[in-house]
Amino acid sequence: MTAGPSAGATISTPVAGGGGPLPVRRGPGSPFSGTYRGYPRWLLLLASVVTVLVLLPVVFLLWQASHAGWSTIWPLIFRSLTWTLLVNTIELAVIVTACSAVIAFGAAWLIERTNLPLRRFWRAVVVLPLAIPDFVIGYTWSSLTPAVHGLFGASLVMTLGLYPLVYLPVAAALRRADSSLYEVARSLGLGRFRALLRAVVPQIRVALFGGCLMVLLGLLAEYGAFEILRFQTFTTEIFTEFNLGINTAAASALSLVLVVLSVLVVGAELAMTRSVAVRAGRPAGGVRRYRLGLGAAPALLFIVALVGLGVGVPVSTLVYWLTQPAELLGVAPIPLLGAAGYTLLYSFLAAVVATVAAFPVAYLAVRHPGRLSRLLERLGYLVQGLPGLVIALSLVFFAVRLAYPLYESPTLLVIAYSVMFFPMALISLRASLVQLPRRFFDTARSLGCSPASALVRVTIPLAAPGIAASVALVFLSAVTELTATLLLVPSGVQTLATAFWAYQTQVSYAAASRYAALIVVIAIVPGVFLSRWLDPSRTSGRGAGVLTLIRGNTRGGQG
Amino acid sequence: MAQPSMLSVAGVYKSYGVTPVLRGVSLSVPAGSLTAILGASGAGKTTLLRIVAGFEPADAGTIELDGQLVDGGRLRGRVPPERRHIGFVPQDGALFPHLTVRRNVSFGLPRSARRGPAVDELLELVGLSSLGHRYPHELSGGQQQRVAIARAIARRPRLVLLDEPFASLDASLRAAVRAEVLGALRAVGTTAVLVTHDQDEALSVADYVAVLRDGAITQAGPPREVYSAPADPWTASFLGTANLLPGTAGAPGVRTALGSHELRGAAELPDTGEVTVLIRPEQIALHPVGTADPVLTGKVTEARYHGHDALIAVDVAGAGLLQVRALGAEQPAPGDEVAIEISGPVTAWPAEGTV
Repeated sequence: MTAGPSAGATISTPVAGGGGPLPVRRGPGSPFSGTYRGYPRWLLLLASVVTVLVLLPVVFLLWQASHAGWSTIWPLIFRSLTWTLLVNTIELAVIVTACSAVIAFGAAWLIERTNLPLRRFWRAVVVLPLAIPDFVIGYTWSSLTPAVHGLFGASLVMTLGLYPLVYLPVAAALRRADSSLYEVARSLGLGRFRALLRAVVPQIRVALFGGCLMVLLGLLAEYGAFEILRFQTFTTEIFTEFNLGINTAAASALSLVLVVLSVLVVGAELAMTRSVAVRAGRPAGGVRRYRLGLGAAPALLFIVALVGLGVGVPVSTLVYWLTQPAELLGVAPIPLLGAAGYTLLYSFLAAVVATVAAFPVAYLAVRHPGRLSRLLERLGYLVQGLPGLVIALSLVFFAVRLAYPLYESPTLLVIAYSVMFFPMALISLRASLVQLPRRFFDTARSLGCSPASALVRVTIPLAAPGIAASVALVFLSAVTELTATLLLVPSGVQTLATAFWAYQTQVSYAAASRYAALIVVIAIVPGVFLSRWLDPSRTSGRGAGVLTLIRGNTRGGQG
Repeated sequence: MAQPSMLSVAGVYKSYGVTPVLRGVSLSVPAGSLTAILGASGAGKTTLLRIVAGFEPADAGTIELDGQLVDGGRLRGRVPPERRHIGFVPQDGALFPHLTVRRNVSFGLPRSARRGPAVDELLELVGLSSLGHRYPHELSGGQQQRVAIARAIARRPRLVLLDEPFASLDASLRAAVRAEVLGALRAVGTTAVLVTHDQDEALSVADYVAVLRDGAITQAGPPREVYSAPADPWTASFLGTANLLPGTAGAPGVRTALGSHELRGAAELPDTGEVTVLIRPEQIALHPVGTADPVLTGKVTEARYHGHDALIAVDVAGAGLLQVRALGAEQPAPGDEVAIEISGPVTAWPAEGTV
């Protein structure tokens, strides 16, 4: 019992514990070492720099507006065109959100809580529209029949493209929802429908609402599909103003309105989503499936129709056009593989840049929770409210005014992607860091690792799935991005999206189909990886709790 | 405490926001000893451990390790955790899930030593030689704790901190794992601090017990001393079942409703006045009525059987309910009349208002 540190030892471990004065780290020191209000200085500095860079487009946007002069801007905002666009947007938003909510809840209820035949198959297929960009869905429908256009066409296409954003969180919530509550409600005298409404719907309300907000964000940011379907919204009008005579005053006025709308939606989302983000695991009461009986026939009909319209029509139309000879109407031939190469290159670079940039912000928020770190994180999420078109325009303005060599350079496009999809990287990284207990890091420190070495040897390997998910998510989003790409693509370069667009605008449906099909094929690879990572049945629920948030954002700034 | 201190904590304060967690903790841990810090949940045990390990700075106060200042506040500087040479075993072991047992154990060693015989010796010491290639999720809870201890002592730390390392184990397993882990610690002669909320664990394995209450140490000393002569009534109750009776001081002892009692040691009590008297349940013996001298009798109201013994509540006129520990086969049943005999010296404190 009295043995000292060196006596009575039976171990020949070569590290000496005692002896020698301990190196003491003193006081505030350099601006990069030590802590500021409890936050490590270097980390806080890094996270702040990233957040400021990511928010620069907002600054550029305001600068652009003030450059044109507020006396010019105000009349441009309060004119009848703005009112028309606002009415169009609200009409579309109400229709698409309501339809998506009803369809998604119905499909999720049937797949997760009833004995619907072929459930596993439907579960995989019903979310496939996420892998098909909305502009491709619009193009396939539009190439089928010109009747699909205007408000009707936009509502149809956007509902089919966006309902998975509601389906995913609702299905995840239904999987967690406690079926004993439904049974208790029945035993208290409620009929089937009322029990569903009063015992089940409240459990998934937050997920449903969150999904609807994602649909709204997707609608506000979409450009390609609306252009194809000849439906006038803010994005199409901004694009037109920009292309005609480069009317930056009008474009920036409309951008301001669009940003205000989107930021309102993001604000609502930030106010509510945090509470659903971390809940995971099986409900205590277990999950029992409701027997459909004779209702199975109409239920199947509903799912078949949904999948037929949302996946069957776009895919079969695409395949049809692929088999047709491509007539090149006035567009120089664009090499398919070359375009694919550029798409892969820019998307991958953006995925890496966004993930690396988001890491310090996510790490600070998770490891050092506090007012300042939360503020930085929320500012990062705010970028979701900036449609890709707005980010691209503000970067064009910045490059033209301040950094002309960057204009039409690959760098600017990669920067645009990285900023647009920064929130997705932030969400995936945060999700995996949150699940990583702090004691791993602490234990590594007590075993002699410096903070940097503990990060490299313990935190990063353990967060690897989240890092990979972040890369995959940003990559997937960048591959399917159209709007910002059209504005920022380097001169002389065509990506898959711009090549598709060049042919599509010439109504060369067959020629365009090759590029669209390749986009879908490329997007499916990270999509499959992500769904594997997120599938609760495969990974013991590791990513399940955050599934709603991550998947909900795959369409945030697209279009 | 003849040995020099390995760890000296002096006047450590810590608060999170406006919530104070530690309010002036002072503690000295003799070299080579196993000291248990005993406290209820929320008493600040884990916070104290994290400050000693260097994961968090103390708001005020100093921490010395082997005579060297490791946390002297902002001005005098702090030693970062990786330079303190303090082993840390968190509650569930916190084995790195991406590394094998072997690579977990060798984690803190310099690169050149990670493949050496030292790792084998460590694995042997904790009885896991054959499991070096396994991953943490392939081990039982007890095995994980043994790996965690091997990893913590691999660098020959000056001090090992254990944060409730046995709390998550099954009761049937706990004793065996505890014996192995503490055996390994003694084999390398390391000073250790064990944080626990389990009184039995603290009293049975530690050389010294420090009781932490609301962020301050109420008492520290060898287990016997702390148990039989607690510093205050709260500590007395926290360490085990306690009968606290009102009484009056009257040299050379104290008087309660149960008679007069000899005082333990040289108690610092005034010669007269109100006091609170501690009588442990095992100081009271029960006899059938009329068999012996004692004249005090009571009625059994409740008997809680624990297998090895039983805790019996006896209602004694004038003294209220007394908790009595009864061994053996002839245990009284509720409703029985019993005679009471009290043996041994008692501990008493000046009464503070109502007790």
